[in-house]
Amino acid sequence: MIRVEHVSKTYRVQKRSAGFAAALTSLFSREYEEIRALNDVSFTIGDGEMIGYMGPNGAGKSSTIKILSGILTPDSGSVTIDGRVPWKNRIEHVKSIGVVFGQRSQLWWDIPVIDSYELLRDIYAIPKAQYSKNLEELTELLALSELLKTPTRQLSLGQRMRCEIAASLLHAPKVLFLDEPTIGLDAVSKIAVREFVTRQNREHGTTVILTTHDMQDISALAKRVILIGRGRILLDGTIDDIRREGANPGGETTDLDQAVANLYRRLDIL
Amino acid sequence: MKKYCSFFRVRFALGLQYRTAALAGMVTQFFWGGMNILMYRAFYEADAAAFPMTLQATSSYIWLQQAFLMLFAAWLLENEIFDDIVSGNVAYELCRPVNIYDMWFARSAANRLSRAVLRSFPILAVASLLPAPYGMAAPASAAHFLLFLLTAVLGFGVTVAFFMLVYALTFYTVSPNGLRILISSVVEFFAGAIIPLPFFPDGVRRVFEMLPFASMQNVPLRVYSASMTAQEMARAIGLQAFWLAALVAAGRMLCSHALTKMTVQGG
Amino acid sequence: MKTIQKLADAVRLYFHYVSLNVRSAMQYKASLLLMITGQLLVSFSTFFGIHFMFMRFSHVKGYTYEEVLLCFAIVLMQFSLAEMFARGFDTFSGTVRRGEFDRILVRPRSTVLQVLGSRFEITRIGRMAQACLMFAYVVSASPVAWTPLRVTTLAMMLLGGAMLFGALFQVYASLCFFTLDGLEFMNVLTDGGREYGKYPLDIYGKRVMQFSIAVVPYAVVQYYPLQLLLGRSANPWLAFCPLGVLPFAAICQLCWRYGVSRYKSAGS
Repeated sequence: MIRVEHVSKTYRVQKRSAGFAAALTSLFSREYEEIRALNDVSFTIGDGEMIGYMGPNGAGKSSTIKILSGILTPDSGSVTIDGRVPWKNRIEHVKSIGVVFGQRSQLWWDIPVIDSYELLRDIYAIPKAQYSKNLEELTELLALSELLKTPTRQLSLGQRMRCEIAASLLHAPKVLFLDEPTIGLDAVSKIAVREFVTRQNREHGTTVILTTHDMQDISALAKRVILIGRGRILLDGTIDDIRREGANPGGETTDLDQAVANLYRRLDIL
Repeated sequence: MKKYCSFFRVRFALGLQYRTAALAGMVTQFFWGGMNILMYRAFYEADAAAFPMTLQATSSYIWLQQAFLMLFAAWLLENEIFDDIVSGNVAYELCRPVNIYDMWFARSAANRLSRAVLRSFPILAVASLLPAPYGMAAPASAAHFLLFLLTAVLGFGVTVAFFMLVYALTFYTVSPNGLRILISSVVEFFAGAIIPLPFFPDGVRRVFEMLPFASMQNVPLRVYSASMTAQEMARAIGLQAFWLAALVAAGRMLCSHALTKMTVQGG
Repeated sequence: MKTIQKLADAVRLYFHYVSLNVRSAMQYKASLLLMITGQLLVSFSTFFGIHFMFMRFSHVKGYTYEEVLLCFAIVLMQFSLAEMFARGFDTFSGTVRRGEFDRILVRPRSTVLQVLGSRFEITRIGRMAQACLMFAYVVSASPVAWTPLRVTTLAMMLLGGAMLFGALFQVYASLCFFTLDGLEFMNVLTDGGREYGKYPLDIYGKRVMQFSIAVVPYAVVQYYPLQLLLGRSANPWLAFCPLGVLPFAAICQLCWRYGVSRYKSAGS
């Protein structure tokens, strides 16, 4: 159970100004600009749900993910995940979550994938028996057997993403965060990733929180969609709600990407 | 010529942006200079008779060295040039109607100069306020100062030209990192950046002074405080001019050979 | 008992990290060999700097050539050990810039352990080899009797010095949480500590000594135990002087914690 209540987060960004004199004074007194990344955000996610978390760039998606995964401390509001506050009991909390950052690898570049996995086994202190069982299952479902002995640098993007996802699931987390997992992937890999995530959710009851710009990901994976813009939750509903709210001015329905574009424009959050 | 001037201008302006780095650099170099002088003081106290120049001249040498560190530093190489060569992006540069050698020369000169400009004056100003013999002394005479400027320009040219050779050599090596580290430390040593050349034993020093490395910072820093005779200065300036011409010629040749080789092999 | 078990587990995990680092480096054998050779040759320029100074001067503040070389060998070894094991802190600006610290925070292990594990710099054995060469020369050339006390002193110096430089790298890394600009001044304390530590600290005068006791305790891993090693003092307690690094390292650890908490509240 993930409970987020009235969470706000403001960043202070240093103002930069030109000129040597300005640079000198900035060493002693700095001017800051405040950016509200999250503004009174609340939602609840039940065990085993699959959520699509969407919004334009800079809407507050990654701030939310960072807060939920214990990387960032909010200014105000409360978050509990299975009764734990992510940023207070970091070590206990992160044992039960898995995070895939689509744009950053967690695998060691020059050595075979399996070696990275064995390090993860030791990092998460996964018991041997459980580790081999999980690895076996992931290997089968993601078709990794050929890849495990290959150094990461020799993998294609799609192969690497499959390996990344498996790496995040070796310790059988209850919650899985997927941050743009299909970015740059070819059609086959995209479908493979979607099928796997659906199955993982169904068979292990893993709660999945997915951020993406790919509407097909959302419609394939998420029954529930949370839309965030300018730091506020603007819509918490289903794909159909998006379709309806984003319908063309004439009222006729349109494809999902167009609906989202209409919606963003209408809500003025771009 | 005009286009190389604009390469120079762009890089120069870019270099001026690193103001915080310049401030931190000034503090750093001030401490390095200070520690160096304290070290020479200890040797001076141990045996003043064995000291090859006056303590005051040594202090001036060290402060000038710190102030103009960026002009002569052997570790200040352009990573972008290395990256371009290693990744093969240099092929794109070949499509431009410019001479690669001249472009890179203008670029590295601008980079070094822009960094030195920000740092040199504050360091010299503070150093000249320090009490003798630890501070920065005035030049021995107006003539010495003018000669200092001339030899500094020549030495700067030799430094840039030498590292152009290093860039060109990168075309032929698998590990530019190893090459870079090695060359940097060799140059620093022979150029008198670790200890000034007068501190070397005479036989060794005479050989070192013939090498191109001695034509970098060694000459201007010693001319400033008149620790060279008129005859020595004339010889040193002649050597500087010779090395500048030789290094530029060699660099151009190596560069065009490397580029032809690359074009033939298709990158 | 449980703490010991936890510690043993952490050490085992650390060496797992080390083995992956070494295996990664072994993928590029030619480049690795060149880097190690480069590291070996680089520090020779400092050695020649000392060597040629002593061709002109017979001593400095009463220290002979062999005594200075011993001092330099020890400091070089301290620094290289720190660079080898704490390279993760030394290159931390890149870790923050690339956002890799986020990954560290979502793993159930101490941040320090993970940062140290992320980089193990095998190429520094090149520098260590040079330190060993000088050390071997000094041992053969000077009549210092290597009593158990002196050997202990040497071991303590290496351990304490590596820890001191490691702690300085940690302070640098902690500053990366606040700014990535202008951290160059930390070089004065790290590279500077190595470069100027080649001579016993008292040659630089009173002020530098005071700084090396009160601000960054270089003196407890260099000057004081060196007096015992060179037979200038008979006080056996000087052998344990390098333990004086511990409080400094503790303060650096606090800086790190403060940096992490700031990272967590400010974002990257």
